This record gives sequence, structure tokens and C-alpha cells, in this order.
Amino acid sequence: MRSSRLIRIPFWFTYVFLYLPILVVVIMSFNSSANLFVWKGFSLEWYPTVFANEAVMTGLRNTLIVAASVMVLATLLGTLMAVGIHRYTRGGLVRAFAIAPALLPDLLLAVGLLSLFSLLTVTLGLHSVIIAHVTFAMAFVTAIVLARLASLDPSLEEASRDLGAGAFRTFMRVTLPQLAPGMVAGGLLAFTLSLDEFVIAFFTTAPTTPTLPIAIYSMVRFGVTPEINALATMLLFVSVLAVIGAQRLTRVTDAL
Amino acid sequence: MRYKAVSLLATAAIASLALSSCASGGGEEAPLDPDADLTKQSLVVSIWADYSPADLAETFEAETGIPVTIVNHATNEDIMGKLTAGGDSGIDVAFVSGQYAQALNEAGLISSLDKALIPNESNLYEEATQLAYDPGNNYSMPYAWGTTGLCYRSDLVAAEPTSWNDLLTPAPDVTGKTTMLATERWMALPALKQLGMSVNTTNPDDLAAVKEQLLETKPTLLAFDDTTFYTKLVSGEASLTQAWDGWCNYGIAEDPNIKFVVPSEGSDLWTDTMTVLKTSKNKEAAMAFINYILEADVQSWVAENILYKVPNEAAMAAVDPAILEAYPNLQMTPAELLKQEVIVDVGEFSPEFTKLATEVMAAG
Amino acid sequence: MATQSPTPGVVPRGARRGWAALPFLTPGTLVLALFVAVPLLLVTSYAFFERGRFGGVVYTFTLDNFVRLADPLYLNVIATSIGTALIVTVLAVALGYPTALVIVRLPPKWRTIALIAVLLPFWTNFLIRTYAWILLLNNAGWINQGLQAVGIIDEPLKMLYTQPAVIIGLLYMYLPLMVLPLYSSLSSQDAQLTEAATNLGSNPFRVFRTITLPLSVPGLLTGCVFVFVPAMSNFVIPELLGGGKTVLIGNLIRDQFLKARDWPFGAALALVLTILLIALIFAQQSASRRVIEGPRERKVKRDA
Repeated sequence: MRSSRLIRIPFWFTYVFLYLPILVVVIMSFNSSANLFVWKGFSLEWYPTVFANEAVMTGLRNTLIVAASVMVLATLLGTLMAVGIHRYTRGGLVRAFAIAPALLPDLLLAVGLLSLFSLLTVTLGLHSVIIAHVTFAMAFVTAIVLARLASLDPSLEEASRDLGAGAFRTFMRVTLPQLAPGMVAGGLLAFTLSLDEFVIAFFTTAPTTPTLPIAIYSMVRFGVTPEINALATMLLFVSVLAVIGAQRLTRVTDAL
Repeated sequence: MRYKAVSLLATAAIASLALSSCASGGGEEAPLDPDADLTKQSLVVSIWADYSPADLAETFEAETGIPVTIVNHATNEDIMGKLTAGGDSGIDVAFVSGQYAQALNEAGLISSLDKALIPNESNLYEEATQLAYDPGNNYSMPYAWGTTGLCYRSDLVAAEPTSWNDLLTPAPDVTGKTTMLATERWMALPALKQLGMSVNTTNPDDLAAVKEQLLETKPTLLAFDDTTFYTKLVSGEASLTQAWDGWCNYGIAEDPNIKFVVPSEGSDLWTDTMTVLKTSKNKEAAMAFINYILEADVQSWVAENILYKVPNEAAMAAVDPAILEAYPNLQMTPAELLKQEVIVDVGEFSPEFTKLATEVMAAG
Repeated sequence: MATQSPTPGVVPRGARRGWAALPFLTPGTLVLALFVAVPLLLVTSYAFFERGRFGGVVYTFTLDNFVRLADPLYLNVIATSIGTALIVTVLAVALGYPTALVIVRLPPKWRTIALIAVLLPFWTNFLIRTYAWILLLNNAGWINQGLQAVGIIDEPLKMLYTQPAVIIGLLYMYLPLMVLPLYSSLSSQDAQLTEAATNLGSNPFRVFRTITLPLSVPGLLTGCVFVFVPAMSNFVIPELLGGGKTVLIGNLIRDQFLKARDWPFGAALALVLTILLIALIFAQQSASRRVIEGPRERKVKRDA
């Protein structure tokens, strides 16, 4: 099935829009001037300095640990929640409850969680950030999987049950594969949101375990430096490689 | 049934919060042990990014044997949010501005300093031990100090600015090319000073007059900007900005046409200080850290590299004259600084300043 | 097709409710109860107390915080926030819907790439991206230089530090949150259905209006909420791209918690925002249900 020409204009516009600032970041990472607004000439000097920057490296490691854990936990919990809601509840109450965290002002959740953690005298660290991020990331997964469920054809499940498959088997063999695109989209989103989340992480992490956005936030007191642009460029480059690699290896497309 | 459980839980939660705040508020602290084995302690220090030597942790540990982790915060508000939220933040030493140290002290969150363990306090200027937010430096030790003024491109302005009025009612050639600080106390400062009022005013009528002035000024501004005003000067987007003296120096470093002036109506004297949290279990090491920072060579490094004035007489004497030459505002003497008004916490009145800032920023 | 309740006759009645729901709903509910509901109750309770002088709360009951909300200043900020978020949402639909539609119709290999490409910019950092927009939008910025070089404009356009700059920044930040749910619900549509309709002679627009659009409504509504809500409460972009000259409700809440150290008033503001948002979710959920079930129910009745 082909899309008409007209509809491709906003499609391409979206990608130009999304990548224009990225282009700026990449180009400015090769700027020999430390001032973001002045181009002085091509230079690679900022790339090695990123690796020497301990704050950035610690932050990067912490962030990857958090984002990966959040992706797994949120996808698991969110998918279960969505299926449960879709099958077993009527009315909007449980739905609203499950999706609400995605929509809470981050500051509200941050202050609330900090109050709770200090009440329970929980020692802060990466685990408290993971918990905090799972709450809203899970809500995003739930919402996306629910949207998927809402437009699925239940006759397949019916057929499976009619043909004698048990509830568990039907769920694993029929329901889950159908949900895969929603889960992949939701998991990706959970990873992405956690990777770049600042406000909640700031309040719920220990001072000794800053995530990358926190490290960057405190570094841009004097504006973004080419060093930070170099970091962003490398992050992008690695993500692109990872995506290509994953695609080669597992043929992600089959799942979609 | 369920509602009952929820309300019970909420009540229990609130009660325990109240209890825990009582527990931390009352009681005298245990006296420090001057003979404590410092190598068994370790420190977490929170400071603004790029505001201390990059190898501070290594040199401090080499000298004292105390392992220290340096963590960063971006603004006073950030670190205050964390420190006032209750519980143990895990931070031993926090760098905050003087008026915030004052607030932390009144909230019972920071310890008094044990001067016996900080002999290097004698390196400080006499003037720096009697500042209004904490006379006697009982709970805060000054790290850097300075004032607020106008930072401008001398090649882009027709006339050199001398008054806050040059910012508040800009000449046609700079209209649309000026910025003001966005943090509320400093946003109010130019108008307060121009109207002959105190920067620490607690009179609502004063703020009403300030608001009127700022609403007139707002359409002439390029932006409210706390963080990147000097890059706007370098790029030429702005030609006149309200700025902290030390930050203006970052602009001067890139463009010698950039100059700094304290307007004739006067300004504030702000101080960035070191405080020790009550929750710290390493107070002796914390005192040793503060003492180390006050050493002349550490603080002269700060003046030479961070380009902020330090309130440390021994350190300022050691600063390279070429640097003082290049950044004239580093030459301001304590006497000159003290002509400005020391900024202090206004306690209950502080929401009025926030409201003023909101009203000005939200105005169509 | 999808209904809220299980299709009767498929599974023995009774077995579907009760115990069977537990393994699905329990883990998530526990997490949400402990780490969302309890913290929110804590913060919400602050709204009914007096502020501590230096932050925190004094436990004296008061309703003053809600009285203060009636100030035209705050109502004005709330109105501006809703207006700004609405514009951002409309633009996100205008861009996101066609984008998702094209992605779904791409060959499988390109589909994944296109989908991931939507998210990829966000694997850098929000501050870095926002600063990049400052470089693009300022008077001597890339866009102005480009437009002047091509000769479209003579004088640089004043873009940075204006309301439109804030809208562009917010749209940039939240556009993927529109594309993903739309993709998710569009991709689950039965391709055979649209193909059949086309083969049977329906023109593409008619196919879109009668089949594609109604089926994508759940994803569309989800996307709208995902974009509208954070756009309303973001506080970094109004500051950086709006030059601090625009205040949204997120700035207001942040200022109460971090600057004024007036937690109770901040909590009251947040409570109002939360109530607004919960109402919005309910509206979204019931609208989504009506759209899916409505036509079918009518049809069933007619058939009967």
C-alpha cells in the first residue's frame, strides 16, 4: 500500500525538524572555540577531553544502568497492567489510575517521592531513581499497549481458546506476539524517557550517584560547551551503531 | 473501608513526618572531637560546577588522608530544595550563598562551625568575618564574594553606562539588547537601588514601586538571563547586561571590549559560603575541609582561575598582578565591596519577591 | 473488534473475573499505590497546611493556599499554559499523524528505522537540544542566516525569546510522544481491511475517513494527552527559549518549591493541575471508548 505524495511532506518535515538541532550539535562539537556562538575552526580537541571528564563518565554509567533497568521493569509491569485492565476492568477508574503517573507534573512526583523516601529512611541511590522512573515509564507503556489492545482483533484469542489452548498458552503464543509492537514502542519510550529525565532523578538520587542529565545540568551553568556537544554526538553515534547492530542480529523487524 | 485505610495511612504518614522534624529540630549537638581519626571519615561536598580546582579531591586527600567526593549543583535553589526536603541528603559540606546559609541555619539544618578546627580563618579579611547574614561566621565560612553590576560591550554602547537607569530605561541604541537577572532578589535589585530602597526590603509598597518600574522595562529587554548573558555579549546579541562581577569576567576573557561597572546608586554584596550539614557524621573532617579551602594557595587558585574575588587576604596578595590587570573588578577592595549592601535572607517575605518575579515575567 | 468487556461465550463466565485478574493487575497496582499514590497523598496534604518559614510545612490547617489561587495573576498563568499546550498539541497532531501514517505503510525494514529515528534525537540530552535551538533561532542564528542568504528576508526575524520559540521548543520536545502511540494503534489495524476497501473502489480519502481514522482514535487521544500535559508543565523551555518572558504553570510550581520555598502553595497549584489532568484523562478514556464502541453498537442495533 502506498502513501500519496501529499502526506509525505509533513513526514519529511518531521524528520528535518527533529534532526536540524542534532545537526547543530554535531557540527558545533568540532568547533575549536569554547564559545557556543562563535565558529573558530575545525577541531577534534573536545572528544578526548570528554573521556577524561570523570563527572560525565560516572553520570553516563549510572544513566545507562537506570535506563536499562527501567526499560525492562516498566515494559513488564506496564504490559501486564494493560492486559489486566483491558480484560478485567470496566469503566475508567483503574485506567486513569494506571496512566496518571505519565501525566503528573514531574516536580510533584519528585517532591512526593523524596518525602516518602525520607519518611521510610530509604538510603537514596540508583535504586531509588529506578523505582521513581518505573512509576511514570510504566504508565507510558500501559497507555501504549492499551491503545494497541483496543485496536486488536479478539477473534484470534477466541480461536485459540476454542481450539483447546489453555489460558497461559494462549497468552504466550497468541496475545503476546500481537502486543509486541506496542511493547517494543513502549519499552523504547521508557528507555528514552529515563535516559533524559532530570527533575525526578535530581530529587531521588544520592549526591554521589548523579545521572548524566544531572551531570550535564550542573555543567551548563556557563552554557553548553563543545565538550558536551562532543559527548552528545558520541552518544548518538553509539545509539545508531547499536540500533543497526540489533537489527542485523535479531531482525527486530520480524517482531514488528 | 478502603477510604478509611487510605486516611489512616495518610494520618500515620503525616504524624511520623511531624515527629521526625521534631526529632531533628531539637536537642544540642554533640561537641566535636578534636582528636578524631580523620582518615576513618569521608566527605561528600556539593559545590557549583567548575567553581573549584578540578583536582581538589586528590590534593585534599593527599594532604589530609580524608577521601572526598565532590558533587555539583547548578543553583542555590537546587541545593536548597534538596537540603530542606527532610531526611539525610548524604551531603556533608554544601556551598550556598550567604542568605541561603542564613535560612538553612534558621531552619536548624546546619551545624555551628568549630573554629578551633579552622585556624585558617585568620587568612580572611577582617571585613569578611562580620557580614550581616552571619556576623562572626558562626555557621558559614565565606568562599568567594562580589557584587552585581552592569556588564557591557564598550564598543557597542554609545555612552558608557553609569546608572541602573541605563538598564531600566535604556537608550534607543541598546533597547532590545539588554538582559536582566531572573533570580528574584537580583531582578528587583536595580529598581530597588534606583528608587533608593534596600535590597533587603520587607515593605510591600517598595515592591509595588519596583513592579511598576519593571513592567515598563520588560518590553525593552532581550531576555531575563541568569546563566548565558555573557555569551550574548560576546556574540553581540546583547550589548548591556545585569551581571555578577565574576561572571562578567568570563566575557572579558573572550572579548576585551567587555567591561564591568557598579552603578552609582550602589548594589549588593553577595557571598558564597561553605556550610556543614547537621546530618553529617563526618563533622571533624568537614571542618578540616573548610580549613583546607581557606589556605592561601587554594583560594588564590580560585581567584586566578574562577575569576571571582575571594575574601582571603593572604590569597588575594598572592594573585598574579597580570590577572588583576586583565580583570579590573578583581581589584575591588573589601572596603569598596562593603560600600554595597550585604544581601540577607528576608524569611517570611521571600514569597513576595517570588511573586514579584512571577508577575513581571507573566505580564503580557 | 475491541470491546471493554470480554466477548461473551469465549471463556467460561466467572473464570474471567476475580482471581484471573490478579497476576496481571497486582504488581503494577502495588508499585503505583506505594510509589505514586502515597507520595501524592503526602504532597497533597501539604496544600492544607501553612508554609514553614524556610521550606517544608508547619502542621496548622489552613485553606489560604486555595484562596490565593483565585488571584488573576495565577489564573492568567493557567490560561496561558492551557493555550500554549493546546497550540503545541494541534501542531503535534498535524505533524505526527501523517508521519505515523507514512511509517506504518513503509516496508517493515524501513518502518523500524523510521520509528527509531523518531526517538534517536532524544538519546542526547534535553538541555543540549534546547541550546541547539538557541543557535538556530537567534538573530544571527542559522535559520536567519539561511533565509537571508536565500533572499527570502532582508532583516533578521526576531524568533528567539518569543512565544513562538517556546512553542517550537515544546513541540520538538514532545512530538515523539504523539508519533509513538499513533504508530502503535495504526500498525495494529488490519491492512486487509483498508486494502479490501480500496480494491472495492473506495477512494483513499474515504478509506481514511471511514476506516483508518476511527480506528486510530485511541492512539490519537493518547498522543494528545501525552503532548498536552507535559507541554503545560515544562519549565526549562519557557526559561531558555522564551527568555524568561513567558511563565507557564510548571514554572510557577517549580518557583514555589525551589525559590519561594512555599511548599503548601506549590502543592495547592500542583493539586489544581493534577485535578485538571485527571479530568482530562477521564475525558480521553471515555471519548476513546465512545469512538470505538459507538458505531458498532449502533450497527448491532440496526442489524437486530
